[in-house]
Amino acid sequence: MYTCSDLRKGLKLMIDGEPYVIIQYDFTKPGKGQALYKCKMRNMITGNMYDRTYRSGETFDPADLEDRSMQFLYKDENGYVFMDQKTYEQVTLSEDTLGDDRFFLIDNMEVKILTFNSQGIGITLPNFVNLRVIQADPWVKGDTAAGNNKPATVESGYALQVPSFVEEGELIQIDTRTGEYVTRVKE
Amino acid sequence: MSPASRSNGSPEPNWALARKQPTLRERARIMQRIRAFFVDQGFLEVETPQRIPANAPETHIVPVPSGDWCLHASPEVCMKRLLAAGFDKLFQICHCWRGEERGKRHLPEFTLLEWYEAGADYRTQMSDCEKLLCHLVPGKIVVYQGRKIDLAPPWERIGVAEAFRRFASCSLAEALAADRFDEAMALEIEPHLGRDKPAFLCDYPIAKGALARSKPADPGLVERFELYLLGMEVANGFSELIDAEEQRRRFAQEEAARRAMGQTPYPLPERFLAELPAMPESAGIALGVDRLIMLLTDRACIDEVVAFPPEML
Repeated sequence: MYTCSDLRKGLKLMIDGEPYVIIQYDFTKPGKGQALYKCKMRNMITGNMYDRTYRSGETFDPADLEDRSMQFLYKDENGYVFMDQKTYEQVTLSEDTLGDDRFFLIDNMEVKILTFNSQGIGITLPNFVNLRVIQADPWVKGDTAAGNNKPATVESGYALQVPSFVEEGELIQIDTRTGEYVTRVKE
Repeated sequence: MSPASRSNGSPEPNWALARKQPTLRERARIMQRIRAFFVDQGFLEVETPQRIPANAPETHIVPVPSGDWCLHASPEVCMKRLLAAGFDKLFQICHCWRGEERGKRHLPEFTLLEWYEAGADYRTQMSDCEKLLCHLVPGKIVVYQGRKIDLAPPWERIGVAEAFRRFASCSLAEALAADRFDEAMALEIEPHLGRDKPAFLCDYPIAKGALARSKPADPGLVERFELYLLGMEVANGFSELIDAEEQRRRFAQEEAARRAMGQTPYPLPERFLAELPAMPESAGIALGVDRLIMLLTDRACIDEVVAFPPEML
């Protein structure tokens, strides 16, 4: 059982027998009033989006989804293809189902495929993934202020902010839960 | 040594921390200017204990326990005891704790600025807010997340009932009767407040101001206000309730509501209640410093204006 304080982006809940994932989450509390939890949720089966506002004190059932380890094979016109390495069974997930998670897939990466009534409805990524920077402004010599940042794009097409000293061609670690830069990776 | 060459040996600096340097420098400058403003206006800066036997009970504020006592959710109880002892103009900038509050604009440990003035009422403090922000932003224009707001006074004062008429899908009375006041406020009204200029929302129903004085002309309302900039609540102030009997009754109601919700029982702040009859007519206000700094440094999330949000500890 979850309470309101468990609500966060990515949490999966069971509502009226169907699994939902929280896409956006915001805590709000009008001056001296009660806490309100604003959620934008996606029905993981139909893909439909819903806005719901909860009050503290409400409780939720976790979405008990089966997950299976599978390997990411490739992307084709139908979507992203994964394979169970024991049974060789394949599952294809659409871009909409994956959302931003698609930017963090690397060939042969092992992920958890979430299933509901044996239908693939989402994935759980490793917490960290290493991706190569393919576009970033050059490091201006003398800019040693550690806090400065700049935009960069990695090989999957994902754009994020990185420290100014990160250069094109370098491998960086990204936290897949927040989508943020963590550190450079030595090769 | 440059960060680039450092990466060959020891690990690179924690970037989530390092990137905050410009904001934290600006934060320190703003803090100094806030202090200077109050010192210039003749206010005395005080420090009161952060660990106390009991807060003023409020239904929707969850105190953080600390041994048999708790951490203060606001320094108000001690600040008002100083007022009752004859201190007439006081301010304090301190950390406060409120359990279960975490979001883009909420930290469970955050920084409050409170100031109190004997002989003043909530109107005085609304003009204090105008003067403080104009002192902090001499150019009087703030651009926040692509939206511009003009700080030149006077700012609009809008009654709570009027705000419901203008922006909500129901009247104030209907919202109170249906227990929908907070939803209407947060989802329908607040986003409209302080759009082009800051705005004061004032004159709350008595049930929404446990420590505020009733309006002489309309005892169903209390002299309480909230300051909004671009839909963000920044400060809450009121003409202080100084009737100890009435205060005890309202505290008892709030504490009963807290316990009914299963919260840790705390005693009433008895020394405060005992000294309250000596407190002069006065006004007090609490301003969320982190949110003010978000606005002045154009940061979307409160995490960006403090060094360590709790998840980083």
